Amino acid sequence: MTSPGSDNKDTWPLWEVFVRSNRGLSHVHAGSLHAPDAELALRNARDLYTRRSEGTSIWVVPADAITTSDPDSRGAFFESPAGKNYRHAIYYTASEGVPHL
Amino acid sequence: MTSAQNGTTELARDDSENPHGAVTVDQLDLEAELAGDADAIATPETAEYVLWLADDALILAQQLSRWIAHAPEIEEDVALGNIALDLLGHARALLRYAGSASGRTEDDLAYFRNEPEFRCSWMVQQDNGDFAHTIIRQLVMATYMFALYTRLADSTDPALAAIAAKAVKEVEYHRDHAVQWTLRLAGGTDESRTRTQRALENLWPFVGELFRDDASIEPLIERGIAVRPSSLQEECEAIFTAVLAEEDLEVPQPQPSSAGGRHGSHFSALGFILAEMQVLARQHPGATW
Repeated sequence: MTSPGSDNKDTWPLWEVFVRSNRGLSHVHAGSLHAPDAELALRNARDLYTRRSEGTSIWVVPADAITTSDPDSRGAFFESPAGKNYRHAIYYTASEGVPHL
Repeated sequence: MTSAQNGTTELARDDSENPHGAVTVDQLDLEAELAGDADAIATPETAEYVLWLADDALILAQQLSRWIAHAPEIEEDVALGNIALDLLGHARALLRYAGSASGRTEDDLAYFRNEPEFRCSWMVQQDNGDFAHTIIRQLVMATYMFALYTRLADSTDPALAAIAAKAVKEVEYHRDHAVQWTLRLAGGTDESRTRTQRALENLWPFVGELFRDDASIEPLIERGIAVRPSSLQEECEAIFTAVLAEEDLEVPQPQPSSAGGRHGSHFSALGFILAEMQVLARQHPGATW
């Protein structure tokens, strides 16, 4: 086991950055960056993604910790609802005489 | 969704002059670029003191900007570049105010003064060295500037107080950046710890000048305009000690300093720094781009 930085090709781990803007309700993915640890990832995110007062809150997540769906299996993953109209509320007609619908 | 899109199309058709339709962006209120009252005139004595601060910020900005494209990672290029730009902003506001005493502009003062007319401390003239050297220099300067600007925000000179009030928020972040890196370098590998230790030994002889009282600003201190340098020492040393103790490093012994930066007697490096900083403005006076 070599110490970090002992190899010139060593790079810092990748972090994904989520920023909540001034008016936004939720944190939105802004981009990614390299940083040696979480504390410095937050500071780098501040320098890279909030220079024009875009944000009021930042989250950083190690890129390794994010599990993504497989782009090659998009069909099986996202297209099966096609034709299953009964999954939408407008498929159903409201019964007569039922209040508050 | 559909109706919203229809709405946009209709607006675009109405406004045939504008191919992008009735698109508006929020009004962006830009603040004045330089802090402080642009019409304020400094007295010659105040201007001399303001140059202490202006030249510290200007030379440190020039030094830090040399890291761009040379930092360990591109994120650190950006961080050090941002800090350099913040400092340049402080220097510009301070130089404008200092220049008001003699009818000179910020550019006159930055580019057309010679070495003996600069009032920067010897600390900012020290080489960037390796990354640890730059970070320890940042730890000292950002801690000193934060303590100084915090006090100057209450200066009886309104222009100086306004500049300090804006700068203090920025140097607080510079101090945090330096503290975070000092802890990581001191507690990192044997190599990074050795380099941090070496930076402390090399730079500590220049700390004393920052906290040395100077008879020339005594009248300004009495009128509440300037801050007594020695009054900042305890606060700054407490921070140095606390940060270094976290990784079991000792603050080197303070040494009396005979450095004469505040009176124009400089370390050997300043001439080279100025040559690089001033060459373009002097070879092509009045050039714009």
